[in-house]
Amino acid sequence: MDLNYSTDEAAFRDEVRGWLKDNLPEDLRRKTAAGDHLDKDDLLRWHKILAKKGWVAPAWPEEWGGPGWNVTQRYIFEEECGLAGTPPVIAFGVTMCAQVLLKFGTPEQKQRHLPGIYNGDVFWVQGYSEPGSGSDLASLKTRADRRGDTYVVNGQKIWTTLGQYGDWIFCLVRTDFESKIRQEGISFLLIDMKTPGITVRPLILMDGGHEVNEVFFDNVEVPAENLVHEEGKGWTVAKYLLGHERLNTGRIGGSKRELLRLKAFAAEQTDGHGRRLIDDPRFRDKLTRVEVELMALEITNLRFLDAMRGGKPPGADVSMLKIRGTEIQQALTELMMQAAGPMAAPFKPTGPQAAGDFDDAIAHLAPRYANYRKTSIYAGSNEIQRNIIAKATLGL
Amino acid sequence: MNFELSEEQRQLADSVGRYLADQYDFESRKKIIHSDSGSSDAVWKQLAELGVLSIPFSESAGGFGGGAIDMMSAMQSIGQALVVEPVLASVLAGRLIDRVGSASQRSEILPQVVDGSRRLAFAHTEDGGRYRLDHVSATAVKTGDGWVLNGLKRVVLGAPQADLLVVSARSSGSPDDTHGISLFIVAANARGVTTTPYRNIDNQRAADVKLDGVQLRADALVGAEGGALAAIEEAVDFATALQCAEAVGAMQFANDTTLEYLKTRKQFGAPIGTFQVLQHRMVEMFVTVEQARSMTYLVCSRVDSATDATERARIVSAAKIKVADACRQISQESVQLHGGMGMTEEMKVSHTFRRLTMIAQEFGDADHHLDRFAALDR
Repeated sequence: MDLNYSTDEAAFRDEVRGWLKDNLPEDLRRKTAAGDHLDKDDLLRWHKILAKKGWVAPAWPEEWGGPGWNVTQRYIFEEECGLAGTPPVIAFGVTMCAQVLLKFGTPEQKQRHLPGIYNGDVFWVQGYSEPGSGSDLASLKTRADRRGDTYVVNGQKIWTTLGQYGDWIFCLVRTDFESKIRQEGISFLLIDMKTPGITVRPLILMDGGHEVNEVFFDNVEVPAENLVHEEGKGWTVAKYLLGHERLNTGRIGGSKRELLRLKAFAAEQTDGHGRRLIDDPRFRDKLTRVEVELMALEITNLRFLDAMRGGKPPGADVSMLKIRGTEIQQALTELMMQAAGPMAAPFKPTGPQAAGDFDDAIAHLAPRYANYRKTSIYAGSNEIQRNIIAKATLGL
Repeated sequence: MNFELSEEQRQLADSVGRYLADQYDFESRKKIIHSDSGSSDAVWKQLAELGVLSIPFSESAGGFGGGAIDMMSAMQSIGQALVVEPVLASVLAGRLIDRVGSASQRSEILPQVVDGSRRLAFAHTEDGGRYRLDHVSATAVKTGDGWVLNGLKRVVLGAPQADLLVVSARSSGSPDDTHGISLFIVAANARGVTTTPYRNIDNQRAADVKLDGVQLRADALVGAEGGALAAIEEAVDFATALQCAEAVGAMQFANDTTLEYLKTRKQFGAPIGTFQVLQHRMVEMFVTVEQARSMTYLVCSRVDSATDATERARIVSAAKIKVADACRQISQESVQLHGGMGMTEEMKVSHTFRRLTMIAQEFGDADHHLDRFAALDR
């Protein structure tokens, strides 16, 4: 057992770090660090810089443009992106839809969609949750009725992240209403969002941001060739995707950068009597416990990656990365806001309409804290993750 | 980077694990802890034969020359079986002799520690110092061609079984100075040494050691006069890393047995493990132990390869914070989920509770290490 990077791994890390330093545009770095809203152009600009370098899809096979990295290299890349503070590569295309197509897609589907995802020409979003189907996703009601060579889709999706930018949406829809096992009536469908009958309505969150949406489907005609895997096998596809998704929810690199910012910020805050916040034992102990949990989670994450060498899928216990990773993210945003003290209160709306004389670094802390409450709710709430571990890992 | 054990590490883990599973079951342990000495000579001999006592000592002293990572799996098995024989006391005192002792001290003493024929303990802790390693008020006064020691050492683990004590005493300075601490080898039966043995709450044996005008020859001094603190800190950090592994083994047992109980104990007509409120608590215990395990891997692979003392201390304190918090959570929850049965002497989980409770505050509790970590971070 050796937890230090090998010479090759260290050299790779230095290469990635150097490249990111030279190629991350300063305005994007600043926007990301300030927690400002990144619009579609921002996101795609960074996506295309990575695509040109060949690094936008670390987990893809080489024949489709993947860089041929092993799991450790992929982890190092993720971590360095987090430390450098790059904008995210939006997961819905590269890590979600593409993984599904690579595993279940027909050659035609791969040929049609993968290049657009890789090059950042098509913005994908996800249509899973519905107003009546959150944690109990298998109860979803959006229906797709087969009429000849098309499906006619009717219903509503909710929490569609960045749906306002969506060119295409992958959806779970119900194709069989008779099946006794609810999961067996669900199918996985790719839908062009320019199709008539689709309406996107924004849901503004408590931080003032427009991040999620409702998407309504009114007699939307979808070519049957856009069905992925077999009809009625959508749940299998979704479960496959969840494992991939949870591996990416730890966000170790981003939390490490956030921790460094927090320490620097807390060292600047004084109480007027010469005491720095970071020297206040009550604050300091909370901070240290988060730091230690993060150190542990980094090793835990590496243990999962190590176990996945040779292409083995992660076990259900990978849910713990989501649980602890999001708890750490939330604790960091909470401590950052707390560190700002009374100055945390003034509200600066996010987005291009923002105006006024704000210290950007402080004004975004409370909205960010509020926004990050989402992390323990999305992608399978942390309670659902505990159900998964209880059932699949512990056998309860 | 890799998480695989080497062939030698795996062999040791297997042989120690198998031996303890066969010979150190709960019933056998019960006989040992109720015996007069509270520990078994036969077990000690066997641990020596399996190589457990030799791993961390240098090859020139008859040891295996291994690091904490080489001993990690064995320590996990020791934790799982709740071994009461004082392995850590031997490692701790032996490491001091190995690292700063003279060639003749090492060659004379350590081979017998390795083969189990001589036992060591480190007499350091005193009243009023809590976990501060620089708090030493026992005195060492130079006389003609030797030393005279006076003082009182408290809760010295393994002292009742020890033949030789490594004793810290102040040869100069005042009680909390970092400089002026020296180490001495003292025979447990030397004139002026009074050992008052007792049983700790976790059934480990310890003793108070009173030093009353103990006369030593000049060659009893271990390492440089007055400069022992760095070696003490290093040895305690090393022992702390090993104890993290012991804790993970004990917590793994607590989780395994609690999970089993949840699946078999029935109330309201169903196994209590079908109740979601208990499932989620069990999941939290599971995640906590995996996180503590990760910190243990980290600390065992870095404690003796860190680039400097600050980096080493940082990792050790981080690990102990995680492990101490985990010890409290796992010990308390495992008893709670067992209900009344978890409170009883006849259930092993109550013994694991007691051991985990004490590990959480041996070599510094979470608060101590939070303080140390913060101080190193400035």
